[in-house]
Amino acid sequence: MAATPAKRTTDIGPPHFEQFLPPVIKKNYGKWKYHEIPRQGVLMHVAESGDKLWSVRAATPRLMSIETIRLFADLADEFCDGHLRFTSRNNVEFLVVDEAKIEPLIARLKKEGYPVGGMGASITNIVHTQGWVHCHSAASDASGVVKSVMDELFPYFDGSQKLPAKLRIAFACCLNMCGAVHCSDIAILGVHRRAPAIKHELLNSQCEIPSTVSACPTGAIRPAKVDGHDSVEVIEERCMFCANCYTVCPAMTLNDPVNDGLSIWVGGKVSNARHEPMFSKLAIPFLPNNPPRWPEAVAAVKNIVEVYAGHARKYERMGEWIERIGWPQFFKLTGIEFTKYHIDDFKHAGETFRRSLHFRHSE
Amino acid sequence: MAEKLRETPLLDELQKGPWPSFVTEMKKSAAKNPMANDQMGILERSYKDRIGHWKHGGLVGVMGYGGGVIGRYSDLPKEYPECSEFHTIRVNQPAGWFYTSEVLRKLCDVWEKHGSGLTNMHGSTGDIILLGAKTAALEPTFSDLTEIGFDLGGSGSDVRTPSCCCGQARCEWACYDTMGFTHDLTMHFQDELHRPAFPYKFKFKMAGCPNDCVASVARSDMSIIGTWRDNIQIDQKELNAYVKGGRVDIQEDVVDRCPTGCIKWDGKAFAIDNSNCFKCMHCINVMPKALAPGKDRGATILLGSKAPIIGGALLSSVLVPFIKMDEGYDDIHELAEAIWDLWGEHGMNRERVGEFIQRIGLGNFLEQIGLDPEPEMIMHPRTNPYIFFELDEEEE
Ligand code: HEM
Ligand code: HEM
Ligand code: SF4
Ligand code: SF4
Ligand code: SF4
Ligand code: SF4
Repeated sequence: MAATPAKRTTDIGPPHFEQFLPPVIKKNYGKWKYHEIPRQGVLMHVAESGDKLWSVRAATPRLMSIETIRLFADLADEFCDGHLRFTSRNNVEFLVVDEAKIEPLIARLKKEGYPVGGMGASITNIVHTQGWVHCHSAASDASGVVKSVMDELFPYFDGSQKLPAKLRIAFACCLNMCGAVHCSDIAILGVHRRAPAIKHELLNSQCEIPSTVSACPTGAIRPAKVDGHDSVEVIEERCMFCANCYTVCPAMTLNDPVNDGLSIWVGGKVSNARHEPMFSKLAIPFLPNNPPRWPEAVAAVKNIVEVYAGHARKYERMGEWIERIGWPQFFKLTGIEFTKYHIDDFKHAGETFRRSLHFRHSE
Repeated sequence: MAEKLRETPLLDELQKGPWPSFVTEMKKSAAKNPMANDQMGILERSYKDRIGHWKHGGLVGVMGYGGGVIGRYSDLPKEYPECSEFHTIRVNQPAGWFYTSEVLRKLCDVWEKHGSGLTNMHGSTGDIILLGAKTAALEPTFSDLTEIGFDLGGSGSDVRTPSCCCGQARCEWACYDTMGFTHDLTMHFQDELHRPAFPYKFKFKMAGCPNDCVASVARSDMSIIGTWRDNIQIDQKELNAYVKGGRVDIQEDVVDRCPTGCIKWDGKAFAIDNSNCFKCMHCINVMPKALAPGKDRGATILLGSKAPIIGGALLSSVLVPFIKMDEGYDDIHELAEAIWDLWGEHGMNRERVGEFIQRIGLGNFLEQIGLDPEPEMIMHPRTNPYIFFELDEEEE
């Protein structure tokens, strides 16, 4: 073990945020009056005192080199006295107090490759996870799919294409959903489709057999002796490819170059505006993993966005729109095939079956 | 040090197009750093093989901490030796993600000295993510981080790094000081954050109003979301300006879209039946200059959201319908501790608090932590008659 440094402090916690706030925020903390979006990518906040703050929001790929962070620091020095922040969707916001600096800043950001946008009724950065960049259970890459989708949907980010309301997209590379995709207007989720391939010769040395058995929510795993090794076996018909056993035991591998892929979910939201928060629901059970640009997934997302943009009413989020027109109409309008996989068969599945005669039979 | 870059024909395709490219970021780091170069090589290999090349993490960390570092090893150590150990360090972000250029440069210097130079700004939990450290670099990175005033965030079965929206720092709708509260909570629970002792992870997310810009209701075991109890504030002069301005169709965009139908509008006077308004924010979102949340502000505390693994996804549900947030936070500290005591003792390994409540019943849970049942906690009363009457009920 490496030698302990002489002076070692622990549990100091994060630095207090106050030291990083620009003076205009310190002065007007809790005293903002209203905001406007003077142009796509710029928020203007006006305080009760009359002070103004402009936040210029630029896209980032989230995965960033220190070179880029230093570039942002330089831009912050040049245009906003060194003040910037990051957002809950991994964008960067430059906090400008001198109105004359907004356009030059936007021009510089554009030149450096970090375009501005993503405010109001638009599509902003995709909240996503690590994928093949850094996680062991990933059924797909995250950054590559996100980049491919955002390239295609870019006009909805910079405001050249309009939407009825905001549209939030999220991506997670396996069912652990570190990107918390279960409440997004559109969610892309990596899925496995084959039961774990078990490394019998390693299992007993790498894992505890009882905890591996009890990890399975469907009871598909039982202890077994295979080729003389103490190991486990999986009743394949019972496996729902959740990978919980893999999280507990590395010898239960699910990654599969042919059978892993992406699923698409729609209609979730977290805000309370109008409708209560909703889960995302299954639209497309499986699309192939097709790096480097995942054309099938990109086309599927674009189609859903376009049908929504063409049919929803102003201020109607994806889930509110689908609720109004009904799911049969959603599948008809998008041309997505409805299959048995769309019908829930897990716990409380019955709650998702229809009990009413409220159909729209019209074309 | 100039590096000969790994060949990446597939990844190069992802440098095209208008959206900023993570591949460009990787190349910026790879040009200076051998770890980042091999990491880029192994990702290219994944694109070719259509499979990840990372193994389960082992137990790595810094002394005295049970969390904050996620161990990561590649399964191709011979071919990509520089990134065979590529651990993630979670660094606790300042609340609200505000920085100065000065402090960002200091963070970059630490990471240039010890790691791959790659980061996530930020991870889903909220932390600054430093991607790619060798085991031997962990302690030195940690001591340099504390030197510039930063500490590790949570990982494992502990309190995860609390995070929040920008709140009163830059949003007129914030019904409480999300950033102040988040900092208080993080400091108060340093031990719980750094030394995993729970059945599973426990996340806090703070949103200033029902718009919930940090997705707190979906992504945290305890979601603390600002709201108000009295009347929506109306600025009549600004309302008139909206009427004149014509950019908002008040009938269609506001009145007809109010889910409770509680707004009356005759072309001139605008009246809200506040006793029926359920504080959804819609009208305020559409006319931020004319309308604002009321003055009797506080928060709702909800509990239990999580992703699907294992028992299915959950959204948080109401635990405390309304609590004032400007009179100290002791009650919330105590509430969290009461929950942890109960769940810590009776929760199963890897059972989130939301699942625990499903298993033992919300009614029993409330009784155990000393809260009274209230109708705000449910969508509707039970429909099934299988009531577990307590055995001493008849004697009363
Ligand atoms: C050993 C396995 C795991 C690893 C290495 C891992 C890694 C991570 C990472 C890196 C993040 C930050 C994600 C990002 O920003 O890219 C994260 C967040 C998250 N993880 Fe995991 N994870 C693991 C297991 C799980 C499991 C088993 C679950 C669910 C039961 C889970 C649910 C989540 C969720 C919901 C978040 C988002 C947190 C938030 O929004 O605050 N993860 N995890
Ligand atoms: C004063 C007005 C508002 C401010 C200052 C604000 C601030 C923010 C910021 C900075 C983000 C991160 C955005 C990004 O990176 O692209 C965000 C995300 C979000 N906002 Fe707002 N917001 C406002 C209004 C609203 C409204 C009107 C709604 C809902 C109707 C809303 C719901 C959300 C949601 C759901 C997210 C995404 C959270 C996530 O999944 O990470 N916000 N907001
Ligand atoms: S979603 Fe799954 S694969 Fe992706 S980072 Fe989380 S645990 Fe890893
Ligand atoms: S993947 Fe899930 S369902 Fe399949 S064996 Fe493993 S734990 Fe059970
Ligand atoms: S959650 Fe509410 S208070 Fe917080 S930033 Fe979003 S709109 Fe503002
Ligand atoms: S906050 Fe929502 S419910 Fe209340 S008046 Fe406005 S639109 Fe109606």
